[in-house]
Amino acid sequence: MFAAEFEYRKAGSIADAVRLLSENPGAKLLAGGHSLIPLMRFRLARPEVVIDIGGIDGLRGIRISDGSINIGALATHAEIANSADVQQANGLLAEAAGGIGDPAVRNRGTIGGNLAHADPASDWATVLTALGATVSLQGPSGSRTIAVGDFVEDAFATALAEDELITTVSVPVLAANQRAEYAKMAHPASFYAVVGGAVVVTMDGDRCTAASVAVGGLTPRPVKAAAVEQALSGTTLTMDSIADATSRLSEDLSAAGVDIIGDVYASADFRSQVAPVEVKHALLHAIGLAHH
Amino acid sequence: MTTRIFGSGIRRREDPRLITGQASYTDDIKLTGMVHAAILRSPHAHARINGINTDAAKSAAGVLAVYTGADIEGVLNPIPCAWAIPDSDLKAVAYPAIASGVVRYVGDAVAVVVAQNRYQAEDALELIEVDYEPLPAIINPEAALGDGAPQLHEDAPNNQAFHWVAAGGDTDAAFADAAVTVSETIRQQKLIPNPMETRSAIASWSPAMGELTLWNTTQNPHIARFVTCLVTGVAEHKIRVIAPEVGGGFGAKIAVYPWEMITAFCSMQLGVPVKWTETRTENYLATTHGRDHVEYVEMAANADGKVTAVRSVVYAGMGAYLSTAAPGIPTILHGLMYSGPYDIANIKADVYGVFTNSTPVEAYRGAGRPEATFLLERLMDKVGDAVGIDSVEVRRRNLIEPFDNNRDVAIGITYDSGNYSNALDQLLGHIGYDRFRHDQEHEREHGTFRGVGIACYCEICGLGPSQVAGAVGFGGGLWESATVRIYATGKVNVFIGTSPHGQGEETTFAQIVADEIGVDVDDVEVIHGDTDTTPMGWGTYGSRTTVVGGAAVALTMRKLRDKARVIAAHLLEADEADIEYADGQFFVRGAPDRAQSIQDIALQANVAWNLPEGIEPGMEASTYYDPPNFSYPFGAHAAIVSVDPDNGHITLDRYVAVDDCGPQINPMVVEGQVHGGVVQGAGQALWEGAVYDDNGQLLTGSMMDYAIPRAHLVPDIEVHSTVTPSPHNPLGVKGIGETGTIASTAAIYSAVMDALKPIGVTSLDMPLTPERVWTAIQAAGYTGNGHGHSHGHDHGHDHGHGHNH
Repeated sequence: MFAAEFEYRKAGSIADAVRLLSENPGAKLLAGGHSLIPLMRFRLARPEVVIDIGGIDGLRGIRISDGSINIGALATHAEIANSADVQQANGLLAEAAGGIGDPAVRNRGTIGGNLAHADPASDWATVLTALGATVSLQGPSGSRTIAVGDFVEDAFATALAEDELITTVSVPVLAANQRAEYAKMAHPASFYAVVGGAVVVTMDGDRCTAASVAVGGLTPRPVKAAAVEQALSGTTLTMDSIADATSRLSEDLSAAGVDIIGDVYASADFRSQVAPVEVKHALLHAIGLAHH
Repeated sequence: MTTRIFGSGIRRREDPRLITGQASYTDDIKLTGMVHAAILRSPHAHARINGINTDAAKSAAGVLAVYTGADIEGVLNPIPCAWAIPDSDLKAVAYPAIASGVVRYVGDAVAVVVAQNRYQAEDALELIEVDYEPLPAIINPEAALGDGAPQLHEDAPNNQAFHWVAAGGDTDAAFADAAVTVSETIRQQKLIPNPMETRSAIASWSPAMGELTLWNTTQNPHIARFVTCLVTGVAEHKIRVIAPEVGGGFGAKIAVYPWEMITAFCSMQLGVPVKWTETRTENYLATTHGRDHVEYVEMAANADGKVTAVRSVVYAGMGAYLSTAAPGIPTILHGLMYSGPYDIANIKADVYGVFTNSTPVEAYRGAGRPEATFLLERLMDKVGDAVGIDSVEVRRRNLIEPFDNNRDVAIGITYDSGNYSNALDQLLGHIGYDRFRHDQEHEREHGTFRGVGIACYCEICGLGPSQVAGAVGFGGGLWESATVRIYATGKVNVFIGTSPHGQGEETTFAQIVADEIGVDVDDVEVIHGDTDTTPMGWGTYGSRTTVVGGAAVALTMRKLRDKARVIAAHLLEADEADIEYADGQFFVRGAPDRAQSIQDIALQANVAWNLPEGIEPGMEASTYYDPPNFSYPFGAHAAIVSVDPDNGHITLDRYVAVDDCGPQINPMVVEGQVHGGVVQGAGQALWEGAVYDDNGQLLTGSMMDYAIPRAHLVPDIEVHSTVTPSPHNPLGVKGIGETGTIASTAAIYSAVMDALKPIGVTSLDMPLTPERVWTAIQAAGYTGNGHGHSHGHDHGHDHGHGHNH
């Protein structure tokens, strides 16, 4: 639990961070430190240079404009969870943020750091994929914007170039007739998702006119569940129609062509079997059919 | 009459410093010239060491020394085991502080680096080259005893550490005659204790004085000094052991470990103070674990559910070596408790201690008694099922009748006092048992699966009479001592031999003193944890500190009261027989105005200007108290759970505890102990378990994988009590530190099995993970209820913390 020697650099601005990244190949960015520091303390990560971006004001803040919630990469999970604006504009964002880890993790961990680390068990990747969110990246030659679903490429692998950093995560404001929910089976130690299912349904009365469904935790990267979405679209949502639709998740997992993750806590087979249950729970909550 | 301070739930005086981060733990201490040690640990569960090259490490920046097993040979004696169970063929295998030739678990020490700072020491560890020849490893204690298993120690054939049998009555005959027999295979999984403070030691050797000072995070500094003397060869009176603030132990800080002995060795070699503090990773590998039994247990009963016999064959994993008290736990503290609160005429415990290639096992909160309670409660449920009576009714038919003073049980021990059915009755009232059963039936029809589990328990605490300790092979006494000094200003110091580390005795012992002699509780300070300033004592474990150490304090106060009475008579010019005492005042009978306060008398005793003839100056007394018997707290707990059949998720809905620890000195402290204990037991039932792969690698090696209980997963714990004083204890107290853990694992497990009964699930291993539960539900052929959603889903809208399961 004692990190190997490294050089510490503090970036004063986004441009400064990009410059330091360009000058120090293999350098790691330090935001909330919740992924990087444990890896360094286990000596699983041994960067020669650590660039602290924690003091860059340009990466902070949450702003809502033109139907989009723009979240600075340094926004902590707690800030997102507690933001009245976010709660109003997209309740799922706030709820998902509030279910990450524990209070200490939420107070330190950032949305940008979480996405950049790309842990398969990340809640954000799954939720933001279902919500159709995008990330803005800044590099030496300018900025670009990419869908979260494309940004996360594999377990612990993203579309980030070595000299790029995440600046903003942009999430659509939910329309009045949209409902969004996330349900996860949380690992009891880490509260990472063993299996997580995120849904966004657009409703016309009891009828679902469009659906966006993503699952994560059990796959190296979030899987968009097209077959489930198709089964939901145009359907009146009931206990039975939801159960029917979610039963098609296995088709989506097969089509994605990814390995299902299994570990000492939950096997791949079990995760595959309960993934539809989590999606079902999310849908039932989304349309108010779940009750206690 | 003022409100008695004994029995008052005053706030713990320990807490301000603990919760504001101002407490000073071992690792907070910095000595002039102090250097730092880091230990190289085996990455193999079992391997031969063919060579070690430390050259590069020795020449690394800041490194003062590197030592291996060869360096300690003949200098540091092996770590002794202090509990040699008689008639058990116990193999006291060599336990070297640094392995030499063979490593036997992942975490075994191979070398130690001492450097100017810890980072340099860690860097140098990476430069040590060890030529390992991996050997096959064995983790399961039953398999380790079997034919062809890898062998750990040459002088322990078949990995058998010991074989112990205890019996009362004629178990075989009882089983032969039984109308009903039930059996179960129980895996008491290996648990990692997880104190908030990891292990830490600072050794400071003074060459000029020939003295060793050891700051050590321990539950028992006097035992630590005794063992340090045996291992280092430094004479006992030249060793000072200090336990500063100790951040929890749960049994894992009873043992004297190789690590602090290595630290002492380094300081003695180098002549400078050396600090070693364990990382959390090391803590998981190298601090003792708990439990690890494979049990085959059986119960015999009449057709009406009256139990006639219980018997077991237990394979108890010891880990790679015998830790300080390890052999006593599955034997004396487990097998002797097979009667629990029940009247069972025939009992047999057949226990094998087995070496495995895993971290050594020691006491872990409850230590042997949770395992005994679990098997009794599990079998009691099965007897109830077998004869077709409710789980409460089967217990009621078997509980021992109330008794005030001594009740022999078949295994050969004598309970002090008990009213077990009263605790059960209270519990049933609190939970609304009949109503729950009614509702449960209704809910099941709608596909919701809730269950209630009851655990009745009786445990052995207040360890214990020293004569018995000797008879059962414990390598020391089990008495306690106290010295109390009242100064001229009326302020009081209490010096105790035992060593609390979070249990609150700095507060509760002050309450005893205040209650016994009428001083203000804030005028009393309790001193512990330093062998140079406190009288001898055997430490804090086995719920013994208040029972044995508290009794020593109370008896000391009574001696001081007697002395004060003599002085008061002299000062009041009255006959001693006419002096009465009440609330800190000594007065002449019938003339309460003619009085001397304890403070007045303490002043006179300390200045000694005018003392009666034959009375020594000073106001100080000591007591060495050896209890005549153990104490036997008891109670009944209930858990109510929901199980979601869709995904196997369990929600702990309600937990109710009724405990009887005798009179409560501080009900708030009692409640805190019950809370912590219940949650730790819940951890075993639902979340915790050390999982190894076939090569002996710990797969749950960090807090990211090993799930210790989190507050938001536990409901408000409803704590109730009954009061049945121990007849032999001066305060009537019985101990409360372990009751929660002893009952809650069994209660929660039973509740889950009750919930799953209509589905047909009959057996599950712990922890009850969603996958295990879901798989068992599938295997039982359950196909769902058509509604698809039930209580088990722990949703953010309802609990305010996201959608966690």
